[in-house]
Amino acid sequence: MKFMLNQYYAPIEGVEPMSRWTPEEVKAHIDFQRRMNDELRERGEFVDAQGLTGPEQVKIVTCDGVGAPVVTDGPFAESKEFLAGYRIIDVESPARAIEIAAQASAAPAQGGVPIKQPIEVREVMSPMSLDA
Amino acid sequence: MRDAAPRVLGVLLRRFGDFAAAEDAVQEALLAAAVQWPAQGTPENQLGWLIHVASRRMTDQLRSESSRREREHALVAREASVPALVGDRDDTLELMFMCCHPALSDTSAIALTLRAVAGLSTVEIASAFLVPEATMAQRISRAKRSIERSAVPFAMPCAREFDERLRAVLRVLYLIFNEGYLTSEGAELVRVELSAEAIRLARILRAALPEDPEVAGLLALMLLSEARRAARTDSRGELVALERQDRTRWDRGAIDEGLALLAAALGRGAVGEYQVQAAIAAAHDRAARVEDTDWREIVGWYGLLEQITGGPLVALNRAVAVGMADGPAAGLALLEALEQPLAGHHRRYAVRAHLLEMAGEREAAIVDYCAAASRTASLPEQRYLLGRAARLGQT
Repeated sequence: MKFMLNQYYAPIEGVEPMSRWTPEEVKAHIDFQRRMNDELRERGEFVDAQGLTGPEQVKIVTCDGVGAPVVTDGPFAESKEFLAGYRIIDVESPARAIEIAAQASAAPAQGGVPIKQPIEVREVMSPMSLDA
Repeated sequence: MRDAAPRVLGVLLRRFGDFAAAEDAVQEALLAAAVQWPAQGTPENQLGWLIHVASRRMTDQLRSESSRREREHALVAREASVPALVGDRDDTLELMFMCCHPALSDTSAIALTLRAVAGLSTVEIASAFLVPEATMAQRISRAKRSIERSAVPFAMPCAREFDERLRAVLRVLYLIFNEGYLTSEGAELVRVELSAEAIRLARILRAALPEDPEVAGLLALMLLSEARRAARTDSRGELVALERQDRTRWDRGAIDEGLALLAAALGRGAVGEYQVQAAIAAAHDRAARVEDTDWREIVGWYGLLEQITGGPLVALNRAVAVGMADGPAAGLALLEALEQPLAGHHRRYAVRAHLLEMAGEREAAIVDYCAAASRTASLPEQRYLLGRAARLGQT
């Protein structure tokens, strides 16, 4: 079963933005993410993992298919709604997806304290049909 | 050439042991053949060529590892005892038992069986399951290590374990068959047809165990289901429900073969779950028109299946059959008992929607079709359910 694990830019209670951390704290966090991806690769569960550029660079596009597209630049009031990054995993069960999300959520922040980031877990729809 | 894979692996396992290394050696030999044979010509004895190349790879591998002395001693001892004849023994059944060992998870067993028994490449298997090649390579690698750690023997299980292990093999093959298929969306998507592979493996299993009724039952079930494949999607690649399929597009040859297999199996005595499921498929496939379907017979078979395997999904399918045989109210009554066990499950909503539609309760059916659509993880199924809701909304 494929799942997408999403992280958003919403500020987390009691956690300062990463721009205020020490370089060592940032490195520890990044190393954690990297090791986690390596572990998922080793376990044969890894499909994809990406970080997305920040809310300051978001553009929102709407178009009616006739006129010129409307492109909205930031800053946006609701920047917390933007995706910061995602993992796509292929696992045996929803329980395993939750387990991985929990692991991601406990990544170290300042002082090495687990960040308790909310991770959104979504099953990815399959292009395969069920047997009929 | 892929047919040779399990046979070469069997020889290597008897000669050297070390399942993981042997499997790697077989893969390398197959790759070497794929490169060299088109350029240098196909050898007369293909099997011998592959065994020779794979064996050489194995000995190179074993000699370069630590504890050399120990291994060389074992190597010499083994080589002395292996008979000169090669390729006259088919170890495929032992291999299937090994790859479907209960120590492995379903995912692992499926990946390993497709590699070691079906001879598919890692790339092919990865593309079938829509994961990166490295991910599938790791899965297979880990599966092989699990086999070694569990000390699974490369031998027939003892009589006591035989039935259980055969059931595991049947289960894995059925999972491969049911893995699903891509509706033709991207022409550039090259994907091995897993259902065809499952049928091929089931035929191999049947050749090894021609007397076993459940093995015959599984092959019959696969053939009788696969027979309907061409009619299952329309020209735009959308799902077509059984009751609306163009039956002239069903594969009569596959149906005839499936029916014959099933008839022979059913006469043998104890009826198992695959024979029953095949019987249900047969009841559908025998009907030239959907109106000719003997739903009473199907209800009976589902009743038997409930006794054999149980489970709320079987009960759900039986409710559908009852609805068709005795009218939607009877089917809906059975669904009430399944509210708890199948709470939130998309199929329960889909079945109830269908029965409500039959009963003429349009609004309620639309609600349930939409509820099912929002809960299914299958894109084609979602489109199908929304399509049914839309059709009802328009009448």
